Amino acid sequence: MVQYSTARFNSSFAALSDATRRGVLEQLGRGNASITDLAEKFHMTLTGMKKHVSVLEQAGLVTTEKVGRIRTCKLGLRRLEEEAAWIERYRQLWAARFDELDKIVEELKRKEKIDGRRKTK
Amino acid sequence: MDAGRQSDSTSGNNRITVERKSDRELVVTRSFNAPARIVFEAWTKPELLKRWWAPKSFGISFLSCEADVRTGGTYRFEFGHPASEQPMAFFGRYIEVTPHSRLVWTNEEGGEDGSVTTVIFEERGGETLVVMRDLYPSKEALDAAIASGSTSGFGEAFGQLDELLVTLGVGRS
Repeated sequence: MVQYSTARFNSSFAALSDATRRGVLEQLGRGNASITDLAEKFHMTLTGMKKHVSVLEQAGLVTTEKVGRIRTCKLGLRRLEEEAAWIERYRQLWAARFDELDKIVEELKRKEKIDGRRKTK
Repeated sequence: MDAGRQSDSTSGNNRITVERKSDRELVVTRSFNAPARIVFEAWTKPELLKRWWAPKSFGISFLSCEADVRTGGTYRFEFGHPASEQPMAFFGRYIEVTPHSRLVWTNEEGGEDGSVTTVIFEERGGETLVVMRDLYPSKEALDAAIASGSTSGFGEAFGQLDELLVTLGVGRS
């Protein structure tokens, strides 16, 4: 169950990692729009915009509905669950720490090598 | 188990996994390209710990870092963050310090609901797998930590994203 929500949250964060997609969400926050509207607003091809919308849709952030020839997009109802969002923050904190730790570890390894050479000579 | 293989947007190709293993336990794993003695050293020498525990990308910095890393020794870390006027203090006691293999400490800033952290260093073929468990006294305690929104006190760093979600009506309104 936890795995499930973590995976869902990864899709949300991935969806939000792109500036255009965040812009699309902002735009939809002001009102529903068709894919054509969005493509125009963001100076994109229809195909390009469809891709962005589909990423947002998969993450549950946007829903779309086709009426006639027009596909209308609106904000998804799903909100970020507290737990998964918290775990994601926790992960990011440790990921950032461990990236710094990598640097220290590399430095210590280099130092050990140099010291080792000195000892053997 | 597939969640562990997910792409990691914040740290390139390094594999970190985080899982809520049970009602009251979180487990983080990550491997390092170095023998356990080196990784252990970076966790137990305050002057080294200080250089990675408060990642720059989070905008936090150490105000003070005291750690007497031996069984029964205590630690106290104080951090500053631009979003918080008060320094954030984290403190506790080392319950176990076994060179190159195991570290256990308490997290007492949260009172009785604080977790106990166990870090295991497993060396395999020159690499070290670090397995860190945060065990809370009860399900309620972990749920409360989650509900409070703090992530070891660094929740503010994520304020931007939360804010965006709220303004969009995606987040809690």
